[in-house]
Amino acid sequence: MAEKVLMKGNEALAEAAIMAGCRHYFGYPITPQTEIAAYMAKRMPVIGGTFLQAESEVAAINMIYGAAAAGKRAMTSSSSPGIALKSEGISYLAGSDLPALIINVQRGGPGLGGIQPSQSDYFQATKSAGHGDFKLIVLAPASVQEMVDLTFKGFDLADKYRMPAMLLSDGTMGQMMEPVSLEMGEVKEYDKSSWAACGTKCEREHNVVNSLFIQPEELEKYNFERYERYAQIEANEVMYDEYKMEDAEICIVAYGVAARVSQNAIDKAREQGIKVGMIRPITLWPFPKAVLNAAADKVKAFISVELSMGQMIEDIELATRCKKPVLLCNRVGGMIPTTEDVLNSINKANSVGGDK
Amino acid sequence: MTHEILLAGFGGQGILFSGKFLAYDGLLEDREVSWLPSYGPEMRGGTCNCSIILSDSKIGSPIVSNPNVLVAMNLPSLDKFEASAVPGAKIFVDSSLIDRKVERDDVEVYYIPATKLASDENLPGLANMIMIGHVIAKAGVMPYENVETTMKKLVPAKKQNLIELNIKAVELGYNY
Amino acid sequence: MIVFEKPKALADVPLHYCPGCTHGIIHRLVAEVIDELGIEGRTVGVAPVGCSVFAYNYFNCDMIEAAHGRAPAVATGVKRSLPENIVFTYQGDGDLAAIGTAETVHSAARGENITIIFVNNAIYGMTGGQMAPTTLPGQVTQTSPYGRNPEQVGLPVKVCELLSNVDGATYLERVAVNNVKNVKNAKKAIKKAFRNQLEGKGFSLVEVLSTCPTNWGLKPDKALEWLEENMIPYYPLGVYKDKTAEKEDK
Repeated sequence: MAEKVLMKGNEALAEAAIMAGCRHYFGYPITPQTEIAAYMAKRMPVIGGTFLQAESEVAAINMIYGAAAAGKRAMTSSSSPGIALKSEGISYLAGSDLPALIINVQRGGPGLGGIQPSQSDYFQATKSAGHGDFKLIVLAPASVQEMVDLTFKGFDLADKYRMPAMLLSDGTMGQMMEPVSLEMGEVKEYDKSSWAACGTKCEREHNVVNSLFIQPEELEKYNFERYERYAQIEANEVMYDEYKMEDAEICIVAYGVAARVSQNAIDKAREQGIKVGMIRPITLWPFPKAVLNAAADKVKAFISVELSMGQMIEDIELATRCKKPVLLCNRVGGMIPTTEDVLNSINKANSVGGDK
Repeated sequence: MTHEILLAGFGGQGILFSGKFLAYDGLLEDREVSWLPSYGPEMRGGTCNCSIILSDSKIGSPIVSNPNVLVAMNLPSLDKFEASAVPGAKIFVDSSLIDRKVERDDVEVYYIPATKLASDENLPGLANMIMIGHVIAKAGVMPYENVETTMKKLVPAKKQNLIELNIKAVELGYNY
Repeated sequence: MIVFEKPKALADVPLHYCPGCTHGIIHRLVAEVIDELGIEGRTVGVAPVGCSVFAYNYFNCDMIEAAHGRAPAVATGVKRSLPENIVFTYQGDGDLAAIGTAETVHSAARGENITIIFVNNAIYGMTGGQMAPTTLPGQVTQTSPYGRNPEQVGLPVKVCELLSNVDGATYLERVAVNNVKNVKNAKKAIKKAFRNQLEGKGFSLVEVLSTCPTNWGLKPDKALEWLEENMIPYYPLGVYKDKTAEKEDK
């Protein structure tokens, strides 16, 4: 077991990116993710990498697009309003089948919103991070250790499937410190020579990185192909964690900081004799549909605990085919549900579910 | 055993640093640890607080909303958090900056004029560590014998004089 | 004796440009320069959104298609990743001087060691002839049907003049491709802009005044005349900045 160190989530994530072989970071300052940029600014020049503060989020994501097109592991980070600006570039990355890692340390919205933790970019990340038909691999860390592990994983999945991945974090995960191990194993190398624009050396046909296909038949073909890849990801890459689900009659579904709070509430509810457990999605896309659907045959109710007006709840209802009621336990605007808030929802679910 | 600690005061009082000190000790002792600062504009001279959890079992929420150890280093912090402490909690008050008493009678309260002590003993800006020393003595959040090792882990060796001053401040609070 | 040959850096495919459009000439000049400098194998080009969007099909070097206006940011990402490669963007006036203004100015400010070929034909071609940031006062387009009215929409953006005040820029020159002499000059400027990059001298931009017979509503020969009579007086040709020359003077 490697020695653990105490690090802020944002800084641990940045170090993990470097250990994953990322040498190209482009970003723009915004709270609460700025530690990532600051860390990269300090480290990249020392290790021969690139840190560049772009003139805007729009420029930063397009620099990522350039670095990714050149075949390099590249990363950018931002927070909610900045991710909205990056959405154009994210769509181009997806349309050109380029791997990259995008970090969203979410804050409250809409508009300028606030700077406190939020999960209100769930739809943006999982449904529509830009125009057109495409998906992002969306990873949701619930600890500083997962900020590290999922950054590593995110780069790997992005390369493996040639698509952008997003780490969907929040201000709490970014700002908190926990003991963390930075041991991550081998970085798997992927051959990018068949598509990367890095110079032909006059030895091969030119590579073209492009998302424009003016013939509808051709564009349709690429879309279908991309969705075949997405189907493979849905079949092979779903990640989730279960907490006290063995005998659970109520199932909480939560990710990130909401899952951490829910864990406290579950422990308290069990002291009162209520059998409640949790399924914590680690991949928000692909969403752990099968395990939730199976749980729906056992539990009497679900509770979606989230820092939004109810976004993930729609995926829970879809995954479970609305077989059981799904309650929403939420706070927004930068507020985080307390253990008591979740406990109240558990009690409600216990009685609501009991009627069935 | 779980300590849910909330440290609160003005920005610039070293709230986050003293929290880090406790977190580092937890790390060295291989306990479960979380440290979560308040962040944003309030850091710039306004109120500042920091949640630290030290536990022997996996930590759920890193947010301390009902502390069993509360350190208040200014009046707004005591006003804001007094009611949130659990019954039986230990509340530490810097009595040189807060002139009112804790109103609750279901908690244990320790008054220590940390800011005055720091200035009397020529330990500028180390009221925070005096408070921590007192917390170690009265709440047992970490073993006293770890103070030196932990401090050396937290403060780089090239700042030797800072290590010594910090340890002196912790000692002062511990023996108060 | 070979009288005419396609540059090696230019792909052997028909270009989609309208009859009389000077994009073809400018493509050829860029390709000739790439050939002459022997850099095709390590050149990466970035194509814009606009009439020259398909440039990625026409150059034999590796190519990347950028989002509208973002080519300098994309080129920055490539150059910072592959500093030994030669990176150029090929952009039109809407792309570079309207939607991509920030990327243009800031890549210049950073002194990115890239080469930008900026084709200014005073109109949006691909979308069918709308007003560009470089459309001349009084010029009729689809979105200035009564002629560009400076009182309402302001005066054109002069890119070379604008960037000449950006300290980070190394080399700025405006050329035209309306006659043999100017074409020769244009090639010289483009070559210098690439050579600067090879020598690590920083940000170089060549603005090429170009025609759009289709959207100007003129026959190709009249379009060349219109360029000479209207565009060149408003956008004077010449070197607007050359840090490399300043150094030589010293």
